Amino acid sequence: MTFLQFIFYVLAGIAAISGLMMISVKNPVKAALWLVLAFISTAGVWLTAQAEFLGLVLILVYVGAVMVLFLFVVMMLDINVAQIKEGFTRYLPLGVLVSIAIFALMYLVLGPDRFGLSHYPSPQEFGANYSNTKAIAVPLYTTHAYAFILAAVLLLVGIIAAITLTLRRRPTTEVLYQDIDKQVKVRAEDRFRMVKMDAVVEADVKKEEGKDE
Amino acid sequence: MFDSLQAWLSSFMYDWLAVLITLLIQAVVVIMPVMITVAWLTYAERKVIGYMQVRMGPNRVGPGGWLQPIADAVKALTKEVVIPSQSNKYLFIIAPVLAIAPAVAAWAVIPFDANGVVVANINAGVLYVLAVASIGVYGIVISGWASNSKYAFLGALRASAQKISYEIAMGFALVTVLMVADSMNLTDIVNGQKGGIWHWYWIPLLPMFFVYFISGLAETNRAPFDVAEGESEIVAGFHVEYSGMAFAVFFLAEYSMMILISFMTAIMFLGGWLSPFDGIPGLEAVFGWIPGFIWLFAKVAFLLFLFLWFRATFPRYRYDQIMRLGWKVLIPVTIVWVFVVMIMEYVKLGPWFN
Repeated sequence: MTFLQFIFYVLAGIAAISGLMMISVKNPVKAALWLVLAFISTAGVWLTAQAEFLGLVLILVYVGAVMVLFLFVVMMLDINVAQIKEGFTRYLPLGVLVSIAIFALMYLVLGPDRFGLSHYPSPQEFGANYSNTKAIAVPLYTTHAYAFILAAVLLLVGIIAAITLTLRRRPTTEVLYQDIDKQVKVRAEDRFRMVKMDAVVEADVKKEEGKDE
Repeated sequence: MFDSLQAWLSSFMYDWLAVLITLLIQAVVVIMPVMITVAWLTYAERKVIGYMQVRMGPNRVGPGGWLQPIADAVKALTKEVVIPSQSNKYLFIIAPVLAIAPAVAAWAVIPFDANGVVVANINAGVLYVLAVASIGVYGIVISGWASNSKYAFLGALRASAQKISYEIAMGFALVTVLMVADSMNLTDIVNGQKGGIWHWYWIPLLPMFFVYFISGLAETNRAPFDVAEGESEIVAGFHVEYSGMAFAVFFLAEYSMMILISFMTAIMFLGGWLSPFDGIPGLEAVFGWIPGFIWLFAKVAFLLFLFLWFRATFPRYRYDQIMRLGWKVLIPVTIVWVFVVMIMEYVKLGPWFN
């Protein structure tokens, strides 16, 4: 067993176990954390398959950003696990049927008949200087430029839609908004007026008191 | 050096075991100095801020107080780790581990000198550091949730939202460095800056240099962006329930991330281990004897001093102002600068693009 195989089996084992735990564990927060572990170990498997760019981006995007937001939501919701699990036995036969169907389909398409070792040669080994990132970037920005731009536009539309859905401008009577441009542009003359006036001499107190007597 | 060790080991044991032992030794060789630096960085912080505020700082343990970190470590190790009732015990213990593991793992690709003084000289080094550092947010989120405390949870939400926001600006700043250097390998990035201080990338990427360092401050939850532990509002933030060594591990993670950010800034913008006097006739010969890692450490020390200086100088940002700075100031600046770098690349400007 080479060291690379050792690493692969460790990572693949962790990925499989954490995937199982993710769907079987009761607490939704823990389920999300198992999913994170599954992502990280899958990224490791991709690294061993010489797809270092995809592996690192998987960690950067899904683990570092998407799953954190997911955890936010799950943590703040007070989910009653017992209520969700109520229909488990009732729907079990249907669930088993569906999962058998899915696995059968997957076996037909991805099974050894079509994706076996005999159908595919072992991947080409590249040297340490081979840049996987460039190998992805060059076709992405040349031959597939239009598809790439289309995907980018779709994402932009998604961003705008998400912002417009959540944008809520409350009236200024209710909330005080801070306008930093206005704050910076304030000058002393706008707030402070110098007034010229004659000096007023206070009347002598003792004299006044003396008069009264 | 490590290749010959591995070859010697594999002469009498399994290959994979030899590789594993070599990796362990390499990890220890890199991590031990980092941890020792963290210990005396805390001492330096207290001294520097002390003198800035006209006080002495720690001065009781050892001459000038320089044994203070050891006393602190002994104290942290001997204290009890209190696990709050109703908390999630396993996650409570795992959280500090998750905080420090990425802060340590990222050191694998940091080069310390020319001629490959680096654990793993990989092609996607910059991406690796970014990806591994992004895992660090889980330590915060989990510690906040597992503590079963409102303060800790609020602190965790604040800290992780801030980290995710500033990671974007940080990533864009790195993109401009990649565009100039034409490589994601950290050693290649430094080698691309050869030839004196005006060849370093901080000149064509000056705004990115600032953006990267400010984002680094926010990423490490340091002042003026330390709302995660706003004492007056949410006590100590996400690690309010932690005591003893569990708390100290969070501390170690924060400080080793600070050192990591300083190393990344020095490598990508300040020429790494290159001497600033290269290419200046008289000075090059005078300073030629200084080894490269001394230059790198000097630059890192200066950047770390900036971290401490900022903490002593700036008042804390308000939370909405932090978000405004990240999303509405830094990210637009980086996006504009990506286009500026494109133009600079097109016209082959100066000594940087050739």
